Amino acid sequence: MSKVIKLKKGLDIKLNGKAKKVLVKSNEAKVCAIKPTDFLNITPRLTVKSDFVVKTGDVLFADKKNPRIVFTSPVSGIVKAINRGERRKLLEIVIQCDEKHEFKDFGKANVNSLKREDIVSKLLESGIWPSIIQRPYAIVADPGITPKAIFVSGFDSAPLGPDYEFVLNDRKDDLQTGFDCLKQLCGKNVNLGLKNTNSIFSNFKNIEINYFYGPHPAGNTGVQIHHISPINKGENVWTVNIQDVAMIGHLFNTGKYDPEKIIAITGSEIKKPAYVKTFTGASVKSLLDDNLKGECNERIILGNVLTGEKTNEEGYVGYYTNQISVIPEGNHYEFLGWMVPGFDRFSATKMFPSFLTPKKHYSLDTNFHGERRAFVISGQYEKVFPMDIYPVYLLKAMLAEDIDKMEQLGIYEVAPEDFALCEFVCTSKIPVQRIVRQGLNLVMKETN
Amino acid sequence: MNLLRNFLDKQKPKFEKGGKMYKLHSVFTGFESFLFVPDKTTDSGAHIRDAVDLKRTMIVVVLALMPALLFGMYNIGYQHFGGATEGFWTIFLYGFLKVLPLIIVSYVVGLGIEFAAAQIRGHEINEGFLVTGMLIPMIIPIEAPLWMVAVATAFAVIIGKEIFGGTGMNIWNPALLARAFFFFSYPSQMSGDAVWIADKTDVISGATPLANAAQGFLDKIPDTATMFWGFIPGSVGETSTFCILIGAIILLCSGVGNLRVMFSVFLGGFLMACLLHGLLPETNSYSHISALQHLVMGGFAFGAVFMATDPVSSAQTNVGKIIYGFLIGVMAILIRVLNPGYPEGMMLAILLMNTFAPLIDWFVVQSNIRRRMNRIKINVNN
Repeated sequence: MSKVIKLKKGLDIKLNGKAKKVLVKSNEAKVCAIKPTDFLNITPRLTVKSDFVVKTGDVLFADKKNPRIVFTSPVSGIVKAINRGERRKLLEIVIQCDEKHEFKDFGKANVNSLKREDIVSKLLESGIWPSIIQRPYAIVADPGITPKAIFVSGFDSAPLGPDYEFVLNDRKDDLQTGFDCLKQLCGKNVNLGLKNTNSIFSNFKNIEINYFYGPHPAGNTGVQIHHISPINKGENVWTVNIQDVAMIGHLFNTGKYDPEKIIAITGSEIKKPAYVKTFTGASVKSLLDDNLKGECNERIILGNVLTGEKTNEEGYVGYYTNQISVIPEGNHYEFLGWMVPGFDRFSATKMFPSFLTPKKHYSLDTNFHGERRAFVISGQYEKVFPMDIYPVYLLKAMLAEDIDKMEQLGIYEVAPEDFALCEFVCTSKIPVQRIVRQGLNLVMKETN
Repeated sequence: MNLLRNFLDKQKPKFEKGGKMYKLHSVFTGFESFLFVPDKTTDSGAHIRDAVDLKRTMIVVVLALMPALLFGMYNIGYQHFGGATEGFWTIFLYGFLKVLPLIIVSYVVGLGIEFAAAQIRGHEINEGFLVTGMLIPMIIPIEAPLWMVAVATAFAVIIGKEIFGGTGMNIWNPALLARAFFFFSYPSQMSGDAVWIADKTDVISGATPLANAAQGFLDKIPDTATMFWGFIPGSVGETSTFCILIGAIILLCSGVGNLRVMFSVFLGGFLMACLLHGLLPETNSYSHISALQHLVMGGFAFGAVFMATDPVSSAQTNVGKIIYGFLIGVMAILIRVLNPGYPEGMMLAILLMNTFAPLIDWFVVQSNIRRRMNRIKINVNN
C-alpha cells in the first residue's frame, strides 16, 4: 500500500537560475577524471599506471578493504596523469579520451532469471556498484549484506534540483530493468518516493510508491526512509539515485557500463540554465564553456548549493553529480549589514523584510553572513528537520563523541545531507554537516 | 564607507598573529564585525547561508524593548511629578536623564568584562550582552545606586555567564541574575516604598501595586486599566503591559521570541491566579485580586515576554518549552501570593525554572529515545 506523507517542516530556498527543460549539446570533453575522493569509506588501490590504454568499463582502482568493489573507466582512452595530494592521497585519475568509444562487454542478461549473487557480481565488476549507498553512515554499500529495503527518490527537492522526469523521460526500459534488479538485491519491492500522482514513474513494476508532499527535504531519501521504514541499530537500507537506476538497467539490457547522464546546469551566474548530456568524469570546462556570465567571481559547485562540493573550471563531474550550480562568491564586506533592512536578502526567519515577498527568487552568494558562535537560538533546526529526531541533541552528542547517546538519538537514520538545511538556517553558523560526517565516521570506526 | 574600510584594512595586519597589537585582536574583530559584516565565505557544508546572524537577532530584541523603555522613561518623570503636571517633554527628559546613567553603567561594565573575557580566552566577542545590558536597567528601581548596578552587572556577567563559557552556555538568564544578586545583597535599595520614584519629595506613597496588595492596602491599588497602561510605580521597564505587548508582537512576528513559552507563561499564571482567587480565605488580601489584575501587575508581563523566552536559559525542546513556561506562570503567582517575604515572584520563578529547564528537556528527549528503543523491541519480537 502506498503511503502519503505530508511534511510541514522544511524550507524551499527559491534561487534564480533554474534549468529550462531543454537538452543542449555541450562540447565534447577531451579529458576526463575519476576522483577516488567521491567515494566514502573507500581506500583506493590503483591498478593502472600512466599511459595505460583503457576501455570504458576497465578497472582503474579497487578498494583495499574489499577488493571486489572496483571503480572503472567512464571512457576509452589513455591514462594521462595520476594526481596525488598531501601524503600521496590519490585525488584524480585523468584519462585522455580517444575517439574510438570502446566498451568492455559485461554481457546482456535477463535480470529476472539471474541469481542474486550473479547480479551482485555483475554490478561489482562493471564498476556500477558504488552507485548504491548504504545507510547507516551514507557510504558505498557493502556487497556482503542484504538490506532490509532499497529506497529511490523520484524527485530532487533541493534548490534548483534537476527534474528527473525530464531527465529520464526516454529511458523507461532501462529504469524498469533497474528496478527489477534492485528488487532481486533486497527481495522486496523498491520504495520509490514521488511528489505527485501523475508522475511518469508511477507505472513501473516491482516498486512500492510512497508520496511525499511538502518543502525540501521531502525529496531526500533520508527523510523518506525515516517515514516509511526507519533504520534501527543493526539494520541496513540502501539508496540509489534514480538516474543510476537507469544506468544499472542499461548494464543488463546492453551489457555495457554507460556512464552517460544528463545533468542540470543551474545557478544565477549561468547565462542559459539548461540540461546537458555528459558523463561521469567529464571536465567541468566542457560543460560551462561560454555559459558563465562572468560578471563576478563565481563559485562552481558539483551538486546543489546545500550539499555540493566546491570545484572550479578545471574540475571534473563527480560520480554522484546530477547538477552543477554556479553562484557568486560573497567575499565582500557589508557596512552595518546586520542593521540595514536588507530587502534583497533571504532568511528563514522573519527578521528581514524579504519575508513579505515569499514568491521572490534570489541570487544568493557564498557570504557567511556573520561569524561562528555557540548554540544560542533554539527551535531553529527543528523547523527544517522533518524527522522525529532532536537534531541539536544529536549534534551535541556527536561533538561530545558519546556513541551511546548518538545511537539513542538516532544517528543510524541520518546522513549529512539531511542536516543541510539546519546548517543553512543556523544563526550561530555551526558547521553542521561536517559534525555529522565526523560523528558517523566515529561510530563506524568504533562499532565495526 | 570606502574610507572607513580602507582604514580598517590598513590597521588589520597589526592585530593579526605576529602583529604588534595581536593581544587586542578580539576587540578589533569585535568592532570590525560591528561595522562591517565580514567578507568570510562558506568553507564547508552548505554553500549559501541564511542572512541572519546573532547581531541581527539581538538587535531585534533590543528594538522590541524600546517601547517599554521609552514609556518607562516617561513614567519615571510622571511618577516624580505626581502626574502629568508638566509638559510632555519636561517629564520625558527628566526620566530620560534618570535612566540614561543606569544604561551607561550597565553597558560599560558588562561590555568591559565581555571584551576582557574574550581577550583572555582568545575567542570573539559575543553579542549576547547587547540585550542583557539593556534588560538590567529596565528591571531595577530607578533609585538604585550606580555602583550597585555596576557590581550586580559584573556579578551577572562573570558568575552568570563567563564562567560557564560565555553566551550560549549559561544556565540562568544573566539579567535576572543581576536582579537577584541586587535583591538579596541590598534588600533595602531593592524593595520598600522609597526606591521606585525618583527624588521623592512629597509624602505620597511610592509603593508598587504589588507591595500594596501584600500589605492589604487594597484601596491603594490602581484600577486595572491604569496598571495595564503603566502609570504606576515600579521598575523602569516593567510597568506598562501595553508597551510590553508591543514588544511581544515584534518578537513574535520576527520569530525571535517563542510563542510557546510566552503563551504558556500567561496561561500558567492566569490559571494559578484564578485558582488562588477562588481558594484563598477572605482574610487574605490577595483573595481580592483577580487573575487579570495579576497579569498586569509587577514584572509578570515583562518576565513572560523578555525573560522567560531567553533561548539559552529556557527549555530547548518544543514540548519542554510549554511545560517550562506553564510552570513559570504557576510559580510566579504562587510565590507572589503565598510567600510573605517577596512581593514579586516572577524573578524567582524564572530563575527556578531556568534551573529545571535541562531536566524538563531530559524527560522530553528521553521519551524520544524510548520510542526509538521500543521500535527495536517490536522488530525483535516480530
